[in-house]
Amino acid sequence: MKSTFTGLAILTALLLSWGLYQALVIAPTEQTMGDVQRIFYYHVPSAWTAFILFFINLIASIVYLANRSSKADALALAAAEVGVVFCTVVLVTGPIWARPVWGIWWTWDLRLTLTLVLWLIYVSYLMLRRFSSGGQTALIAAVLAVFGALDVPLVYFSIWFFRTQHPQPVMGNGGSIDPRMLHALLINWAAFSCFAALVLWSRFRLEVLRRNLEQTQALEELLQPRSSR
Amino acid sequence: MSLTWVTLAKDLRLEWRSKDSINSMLFFALLVVVIFSFSFDPTAEESRQIAGGLVWVAFLFAAVVALNQTWARELRNHVLDAYRVSPAPANALFLAKAFGNFIFVTVLELLMTPLFIIFYNLRALGPAYQLPLVTVLGTWALVVNGTFFAAISIRTRSREIMLPLLLFPVSIPAVLAMVEATRSILTGDFSARFWLVLLAAYDVVFTIASLFLFESVLHAE
Repeated sequence: MKSTFTGLAILTALLLSWGLYQALVIAPTEQTMGDVQRIFYYHVPSAWTAFILFFINLIASIVYLANRSSKADALALAAAEVGVVFCTVVLVTGPIWARPVWGIWWTWDLRLTLTLVLWLIYVSYLMLRRFSSGGQTALIAAVLAVFGALDVPLVYFSIWFFRTQHPQPVMGNGGSIDPRMLHALLINWAAFSCFAALVLWSRFRLEVLRRNLEQTQALEELLQPRSSR
Repeated sequence: MSLTWVTLAKDLRLEWRSKDSINSMLFFALLVVVIFSFSFDPTAEESRQIAGGLVWVAFLFAAVVALNQTWARELRNHVLDAYRVSPAPANALFLAKAFGNFIFVTVLELLMTPLFIIFYNLRALGPAYQLPLVTVLGTWALVVNGTFFAAISIRTRSREIMLPLLLFPVSIPAVLAMVEATRSILTGDFSARFWLVLLAAYDVVFTIASLFLFESVLHAE
C-alpha cells in the first residue's frame, strides 16, 4: 500500500517534468497564437481531469446512497475537493489564453459556461458539506451530487440553444494538430491524471483516518469511567 | 393523497391567518421592481429585452423567502419529528409543501405582473397566450427544487443563507429558459418553443428525482 503510493508519487514527478519539457521545449510554437498557446497543455488536461473527478464524485455518491458506506462518502468528498481545484485551474488559465487570442477574457460559449456551472454546483456542494453538521452530511451531500449531475444535460442543451440564437466568436479548431503538440498534450494529461490520483488518494486516506480518529475518541469518551474525567 | 390535501390545507390556513411570507415576498419583489426601474429607466423597446430577466430574478429572490419558511415552520414544536415517526408517506408531505409554495409564488406573480406592466410599459409583441404556460412551468421548476433544497438546508447551520446557495446553481438552466421564453414572447423575435420544452423536461426530471430522494432526506439522521 505504502510502496504503491511512493511509486505513484515518483511516477507523477517524472511524468510532470517530462510533460513540462515536452510542452515548453519539444512542442512547436503555434503559428498564429505564438507561445501563449502552450497554456493549452495545462488547460485541457486540467479540464479532463476535473471532469473525471466530478464523475468519480457522482459514482461514489450513488454508491453511498445505495449502501451507506462511509468510504464511498470519503471518496466523494475527496473527489469533489480535488475536482474543484482542477476546475479552478481551468477557469483561470482559460481567460489568460483567451485575452490575447480572442481579444476577450470571457464569452458565454458552451464549454466555458458548462465548466463554470459545474464549478458553481461543486462549490455549493463543498459549502453544504462545510455548513452541515452531524451524521446527515454524507446523505444530503450525496443527494445534491445526484441533483447536480441531473442538471448537467439540461445546462448543456440550454446553452447549446442559447448560443445558436446569438452567434459569438468560437474556437477555431480547423486543420490538424502537429503530432508533437498532441504528444505534449497526452503526456501532460497522463501526468495530471497521476497527480490528481495522488492527491485524491492522500486526501481520501486523510479523511478515512480523521473519521477513524473521531470514532475512537467518541468511543474512549464513552468507555472512560465518569470519575477519572 | 388525502394527507397531501390535509397538509396543504393546513399550510394555506396558516398563511391566510398570518400572511407572513406573502407579505414579505410581495414587499421584496416590489422593492426590486422599483429599484431596477429607476436605476435603468428603460425605453419600451429596451424593457422588452430586459424585463424577462428582471421579472424572473425578482420572483426567484422573492420565492426564496417563502421557500425558507416551508420547513422552518415545522421545526417549532417539533412537528417535523412527528412527521418522521408517523407512518405517513414522505412524498405526500413533499407534494403538499411543493403545491403550497406553488400557490404562494403564483399569487405573488399574479399581484406583481400588473406592476411590472405599469413600470416598464410592457406590451407583448409575440404570442401572449404562451405567457401563462411559461409561468406555470417556470414556477413549478423553482418551487419543486426549492422545496427539496429547503428540506436539505434546514439540516445545516445558517440555514436561511444555505438555500439560495444550493438552489441557484442547479436552477441556472431553468432560469435561463424562463427568461428567454419570456423575452421571446415580449419581443416576438423568435419562438419560445424550445425553452418551453426545456422547462417541461426540467420539471419532469427534478420532480421525479425529488420524489425518489425525499424520503431519505426526511429520515436522514
